[in-house]
Amino acid sequence: MADEIVLLDFWPSPFAARVKIALAEKAIKYESKEEDVISNKSPLLLQMNPVHKKIPVLIHNGKPVCESLIAVQYIEEVWNDRNPLLSSDPYQRAQARFWVDYVEKMIYEHWSKFWTSKGEEIEIAKKEFIEALKLLEDQLGDNTYFGGDNLGFVDIALVPFYSWFKVYDTLGYLNLESDCPKFIAWVKRCLQKESVSKSLPDQHKLHEYATELRKKLGLQ
Amino acid sequence: MAKDYGEVKFFGTVGSPFAKRVQIALDLKGVQYTYFEEDLRNKSELLLKYNPIHKKVPVLVHKGRPLAESLVILEYIDEIWGSNHPLLPQQPYDKALARFWSRFIDDKCLPAILKAAFTANKEEREKGSEESLEALEYLENELKDKFFGGESIGLVDIAASYLAFWLPAIEEAVGLKLLTSDKFPKLHKWGQEFTNHPVVKKTLPQREKVVGFFKARYASIIAASK
Repeated sequence: MADEIVLLDFWPSPFAARVKIALAEKAIKYESKEEDVISNKSPLLLQMNPVHKKIPVLIHNGKPVCESLIAVQYIEEVWNDRNPLLSSDPYQRAQARFWVDYVEKMIYEHWSKFWTSKGEEIEIAKKEFIEALKLLEDQLGDNTYFGGDNLGFVDIALVPFYSWFKVYDTLGYLNLESDCPKFIAWVKRCLQKESVSKSLPDQHKLHEYATELRKKLGLQ
Repeated sequence: MAKDYGEVKFFGTVGSPFAKRVQIALDLKGVQYTYFEEDLRNKSELLLKYNPIHKKVPVLVHKGRPLAESLVILEYIDEIWGSNHPLLPQQPYDKALARFWSRFIDDKCLPAILKAAFTANKEEREKGSEESLEALEYLENELKDKFFGGESIGLVDIAASYLAFWLPAIEEAVGLKLLTSDKFPKLHKWGQEFTNHPVVKKTLPQREKVVGFFKARYASIIAASK
């Protein structure tokens, strides 16, 4: 029996992009269902993720896996015969999970604050955000990817947010090339991989979407 | 012949629910370790060396290599000491569910409980209570056996230890009623089974001390708001 894989998606979502990258890395065929998460969540989404009612949801043979990082680990464990996203060494695996957790904290605390801050707060929030990115740069060190020679769990967790950081960069709040050159170099390497470049949204389209969203939320 | 797993050091505090999670797992698995009690107002050089990013407990150091973040440590412990009292299920789908509910506890349950108890603003506290009850309802419905892990304690039970021990202490300290047996019969019973488990019972801190700690915390929040 062939596997049936469906991804409940929303094109601007960096969380959905994480799952798309993992699926692409493993060359898994799947059906993507675009959700209108803002105004009209489908009955399928509400049935598959009743707790959070959010995308992405990975549906494997009818069974839902919710939360992007959990879905990526699930993909890794089920399709364990190819392109590993995590090391076979338990300590390295644990370190990858630690840094993925750090990425989450960075996004939900520093990036979130930066994205929603106004006036004088912006400079302080920016400083904290850049500091967090620099910590990640230190962790990357001289490696090609956080996963070493190959794209790994940490890379997949972090790279989709570049699309959103770039919006801020274009708006002039950030200058990533000068603030975090190592990070940008790593992003460029990731973007050379089709699994990444095809999973991230079109930057112009995202920029329009993000700036509209900021207007609606009174963040301009 | 006993397998040599290598030296294990564990940094925690008596009061930290997150450190206790790790300690419960180590004790359930019969792991030999050296325990370091930290004073969080005066963190040791070792702690700062082993967890420079967050500077928090718990920290596990195995064969000289440090790990931080309780859920990360729990999965690592389960992989290394896999045959003793496994905490995670074998099948990827069941593993995904265990990870989902553990994160649910950390991301939704605990923040709601803290909001319900330790916020000066009355409306915020009420909102926190509502959110707590909603979260507890999901867990009540999810609980199908004696433990979330089935017949024996698993990852989700350990993550939920806060609800079994610390939440009742908060309720007593602050005068809240959240995890009641009439609203959440299964969860309430689970809490008692969990805290009465011989290994867990030995590892948990003294209840009166924890209640006292929460009473003091509540008092300072109220005082600060005046």
